Amino acid sequence: MLLEIRNLHVSVEGKPILRGIDLAVDAGEVHAIMGPNGSGKSTLANVLAGREGYEVTEGEVLYKGRNLLEMAPEERAREGVFLAFQYPVEIPGVSNVYLLKAAVNAVRKHRGLPELDAMDFLKLVKEKIRLVRMDEQFLYRSVNEGFSGGEKKRNEVLQMTVLEPTLAILDETDSGLDIDALRIVSEGVNSLRSPERAFLVVTHYQRLLDYIVPDKVHVLAGGRIVRSGDRTLALELEKRGYGWVLEEAGLGAGAGPAA
Amino acid sequence: MSAQPQPRPDPAERLAAAFRERRARLPGAGLAWLEALREQALERFRAAGLPARGDEDWKYTDVRALARRLAPPAAGPGPVAEDAVRALAFEGLEAHRIVLVDGFLVPGLSALGALPEGVTVMGLAEALAREPQALAPWLRLPEGADGFTALNLAFMTDGVWLRVADGVALERPLQIVHLRSAAPEAGAHLRHVLTLGAGARATVIETHAATAEADVLDNLGCTVALAAGAALDHYVVRESGAGLCHVGRIDVRQEAGSRYVSHNVTLGGRLTRSAIQVELAGEGAETHLYGAYVVGGRQQVDNHTRIEHRTAGAVSRELYKGVLDGRARGAFTGRVVVHPGAQRTDAEQANHNLLLSEDAEADSRPQLEIYADDVKCSHGSTVGELDETSLFYLRSRGIDAELARSLLVYAFASDVLERMALEPVRVQLERRLTAVLLAGREAEGVI
Repeated sequence: MLLEIRNLHVSVEGKPILRGIDLAVDAGEVHAIMGPNGSGKSTLANVLAGREGYEVTEGEVLYKGRNLLEMAPEERAREGVFLAFQYPVEIPGVSNVYLLKAAVNAVRKHRGLPELDAMDFLKLVKEKIRLVRMDEQFLYRSVNEGFSGGEKKRNEVLQMTVLEPTLAILDETDSGLDIDALRIVSEGVNSLRSPERAFLVVTHYQRLLDYIVPDKVHVLAGGRIVRSGDRTLALELEKRGYGWVLEEAGLGAGAGPAA
Repeated sequence: MSAQPQPRPDPAERLAAAFRERRARLPGAGLAWLEALREQALERFRAAGLPARGDEDWKYTDVRALARRLAPPAAGPGPVAEDAVRALAFEGLEAHRIVLVDGFLVPGLSALGALPEGVTVMGLAEALAREPQALAPWLRLPEGADGFTALNLAFMTDGVWLRVADGVALERPLQIVHLRSAAPEAGAHLRHVLTLGAGARATVIETHAATAEADVLDNLGCTVALAAGAALDHYVVRESGAGLCHVGRIDVRQEAGSRYVSHNVTLGGRLTRSAIQVELAGEGAETHLYGAYVVGGRQQVDNHTRIEHRTAGAVSRELYKGVLDGRARGAFTGRVVVHPGAQRTDAEQANHNLLLSEDAEADSRPQLEIYADDVKCSHGSTVGELDETSLFYLRSRGIDAELARSLLVYAFASDVLERMALEPVRVQLERRLTAVLLAGREAEGVI
């Protein structure tokens, strides 16, 4: 098992957000995490990437059989965990190409591979940037500075395709994307699909799952996974909204349709 | 205040006595106007003394630390290794080089090379011997000069005189290297005079470094005069050792259409007090003051700038950025004065600070005084910390925490360096900035 989450409880500023998550993801699988706003989807994504400010009060997370929660964010990244941010950060003064090169070489060094020289690195990046249909000029601009919402998300996918993670977590990568951008982002993700690699796709809408077809779909509500199923669950949610799932889980209705 | 077991002689009296004993051997001795100036300056020093604690202009400078190190000049330069000079060269930069050690020009270490016609570069002492009348107009006690400036004029031992004739361009930069030897306690009282004729162009790079961890004070004065249409790029880079205190004052006067660009970088030294005063005296004159100060440990930096818009249609741009780690203190006081009649003044001023530790302190005082109505002026200042989200973003891409921190700090300060036209200087300072940032952790407590 690539990723095993067992009874994970997480609080933010003393407030419980995740209340006992159990989830197992095998290499080669794509899992979609869906759920209404405020259900804890982004918290789960951020905890897995190692963001500060999240207190794990109970439970454990094993990644490749190791305790993921003990690892620093950079160590997780070097071990193949990648988080595509819901809100990619603008970093004026640090160029995109510098970040990519530093990241690639940090990962390679960790894996005992020689660092890429400038030539080989540029060749790699230029190949990948075509995949997300970004202009090469973006490489020399400051990270995400002045990028449109869609450009930022494509930049996340560019980083992902360059870093070739083992476990990619996409945190609402579809939010704010028009249909063309959605397609480009999905193609980038699909190009990475392989038997060694797993994806955790966090989304509010089923729309993204038309392009990135999941093996399993989980509904997160009230800090728990209240229902799991295959792709048809996502389609059902699109048709009927989240209300019925929440009611069945004893959480009461209130959330609107999921499409 | 703690009681001193053995009261030391009053520093002012000590200096005055040293002056009386020295004056006949100071450069230009025998020139009546100069002797009068030195006497007048000493009188000013005795009357004004050193700035007091309550003096607003010196609020953020530890004057007592300076006073302890305030000493008369040495009799001559102490020995320094040639390696120390080489270390201060900028890779890939061809420059006319003058080296001053302990306040004295050392010809053996200097490499002036061939100068274009119409350009004079010589030591101040030599100039006072050969062409005193040419210098006379530029050596004056400024009105309201403080104790340090007064002492500088009383004691000045040497310096650099650069004169560029009308219409002449000094293509290669002039690099002025200031070094301190491991010589005993002595002050360096230096004065530079940089005069550019109409339409003349030049670049001057001043570097300051101590070869030893000497616990000394440099007291530097600089007069800049730009005639109509002249352009001077003026770099001042301080990478002094841990004991060196530096007091510097630059007085700039700009005629119509002239352009002055200052890059004022402090990466070292125990205490740096830098003052730049610019008089925009001619229409359309343009001044750019850029500064970066990156210090840690117990280092202190106090930057003062004053820009006087005395004429219509002049432009001033100012950006100072500070990065403060450890228990460092950084202050910025920037005053822009728009005088009556200085219509169409266009002035922008900003100071931004990044605190890397809870014990670091930044004080920012941008000040605007406007006495004209048709002007465009803005100012702003910020004091902040490293953005945790950005830090996490970089780490989540595999970059370790220390490098991520340095990268963000570097990014913060780099837009000041980016404005440097001289690429070899910019590239080297970027490298040194990175080195300072990465070594900063270990150096804490040492400085």
